[in-house]
Amino acid sequence: MPHARPLSPHLGIYEWRITMLLSVLHRITGVFLCLGAVLVAWGLIALATGEAAWNLFAGFCASGIGIALLICWTFSLFLHLCQGIQHLVRDAGYDFDVWRRDDVRAPNYFAMSWLVVVASVALTLVVWLLVLFAGGVP
Amino acid sequence: MSAAPHNAGPHDVRAPLKRARGLGSAKSGVGHWWLERLTAVALVPISLWFVWLVLRLPHLDFVSAHALVGNPINAGLLILFTAVSFWHGALGLQVVIEDYVHTRWVELLLLVAVKFLAVLGAVACAMAILKIWLGAY
Repeated sequence: MPHARPLSPHLGIYEWRITMLLSVLHRITGVFLCLGAVLVAWGLIALATGEAAWNLFAGFCASGIGIALLICWTFSLFLHLCQGIQHLVRDAGYDFDVWRRDDVRAPNYFAMSWLVVVASVALTLVVWLLVLFAGGVP
Repeated sequence: MSAAPHNAGPHDVRAPLKRARGLGSAKSGVGHWWLERLTAVALVPISLWFVWLVLRLPHLDFVSAHALVGNPINAGLLILFTAVSFWHGALGLQVVIEDYVHTRWVELLLLVAVKFLAVLGAVACAMAILKIWLGAY
């Protein structure tokens, strides 16, 4: 192509960092959560339709594949939520100075990303321990 | 991929910004960017509330679940949650499509489909919630 616009060096040349991984995961979980919206719509429509439809929906959610999907959706929701808050903070201009992105002088920048991972795993665990051992919350 | 409208030759004195402006994959975007953040801020508290509401469901049979979702406060918050979620999801999918789909007609088709499906989903959810709220069991 004669006047093709230059491409930035592609992903392969960069050393993997937690910030990159979370950036990629933010998009993947976002797309996955859009599929989850279909489940939410199904549940609401089933509840509006009647008992048989609701039982079909509840049966799917309690099935093996239903639980596996719901665990993935729970984790996706919390990861996207925590990372989203991190994005909002950095969009507002905080925690984003050049010196903060140097992981030698300011490990805090990368620590915050790890905190996002830890928080979303912990929240997912809390939710699923509640579901599996207490049947949800009263 | 769109080529720049004018070649930046050696005698081109325009600032790089002049040539770059409007040539991102979306061609524009401040309004989109802002709405994506605004819906995100709204979703922080309301999606936590949604998780809490869903956690109350496993105990319940159909009639109790219907009563819980049909509670006016829950129904109202659920309409907000689903509407803002579909909106935020459509904005997000739009960016993903613009970034990764490079065949223009496929891109356009997907962008229109996402918008239509998001509105369809939001309306379907709102109608279902209204029916649950207004129709007692």
